[in-house]
Amino acid sequence: MKHVLSWLAGAIVGALLFLAVLYYNPLANKLTVSPLAVSGQPLIDLSYSTVPAEAIAFINHGDSRIAPSPASISELWEPTIRNTTALVTLLTNSRGNVEGIGIKFASTSERTSLLKGVALIDSAWHVYLPERGSLFIDQTENMWSYARNIVLPARWSSADSWKGTWYGITTAGPNALGTARVSGSSGRFAGITTEAVEAINARAYSALQGPVSATGSITIVAVAD
Amino acid sequence: MFKTFIIGIVSGGILAAVLLYFVPVVDQHREASLISVQPNGGNTEAFHVNLPDDRILAGAVGIEPVPATLEWPAAPVLGDTQAELFKLRNRDDVVVGVASRIFGTGTASGTVVEWTLHLPARGTLYVNLQPQAEDSGFRSGSLRAGTREFASLTGSVNERFIGNVEEQDGEDNVEGRIELVTALVGSSERIE
Repeated sequence: MKHVLSWLAGAIVGALLFLAVLYYNPLANKLTVSPLAVSGQPLIDLSYSTVPAEAIAFINHGDSRIAPSPASISELWEPTIRNTTALVTLLTNSRGNVEGIGIKFASTSERTSLLKGVALIDSAWHVYLPERGSLFIDQTENMWSYARNIVLPARWSSADSWKGTWYGITTAGPNALGTARVSGSSGRFAGITTEAVEAINARAYSALQGPVSATGSITIVAVAD
Repeated sequence: MFKTFIIGIVSGGILAAVLLYFVPVVDQHREASLISVQPNGGNTEAFHVNLPDDRILAGAVGIEPVPATLEWPAAPVLGDTQAELFKLRNRDDVVVGVASRIFGTGTASGTVVEWTLHLPARGTLYVNLQPQAEDSGFRSGSLRAGTREFASLTGSVNERFIGNVEEQDGEDNVEGRIELVTALVGSSERIE
């Protein structure tokens, strides 16, 4: 009996140690520099607020800590779309002027693996900029670093919140260099196929409401201005 | 005793690794894909949106927003841009995804009518439609891009609005229906 209890205690310690190694693994999601930074090609930068209440609309299944906005909007409760969120937001340029509208669908990916330190999301942006054209961005995002550095510390904090400065590129594919795939459809983007990366600049997060102060940015390369 | 404890630590680590490897963290609910094979190759799949229940959001200047509490931004650059979000159903009337439809007349883009169909377990289709509907009521278009299951496909997508569904089919609470019919074929050029 002593040996069984001893083995059980050891197994629990071993499992916790293993999880701690995964959590503190410094090699997980180490990417901090945009692959586009060295591309030397023309850029378009679009920004948006990731705070749900500051968007035109944010929709999820309704049982999340992050409430849909506006409150009366239909929720994505059906089993096939329960792991999906939709964000409708204004997109601004680097000067803060409104360029157009963006709709982002994001679904948790079945390729997510805690063992590999990847929390993947399959997301798609439908972007319409009336003075430029329309385009589509297909990407896989790795939210592991965001969850480990912001979401979990906020939940573990006695104040249920996180404050600080965190910047991270979330795009992790599907292109070989870890960039997103962009397909232009109309206007100056007609027929264009190029690359992009999305990043988050977070300053405050509430475990009860989600992002409180955070900006998302999309950087698109090789599109003539 | 101490040896057993050490063996326990090793076993616990291995068990945790095995558990994380074999138990999926995410398991998307799947519905069977209701696809018909075309006589000349490729396949056809039909999706639809029941109105008004499946309309999640509708926003534009000068229209009644959905939901009524939606505050559509007053940015002049948006002009006549109209954005809509829908729940998307398959032929069996089961919700299989979400979709966005954007209409607008931009200075650079001309008239834009586009759909993005997002099926979480399968992938996303980005569809570009002709600005004008045909006499038959269809608005024809093409698949501009697809992801995952649809990444290597090309083909056409047609949109059609059907009114008075309640009278025709005897369905309750369905005033109209938007049908989207895809006819897609594999493209060897897109395979990397």
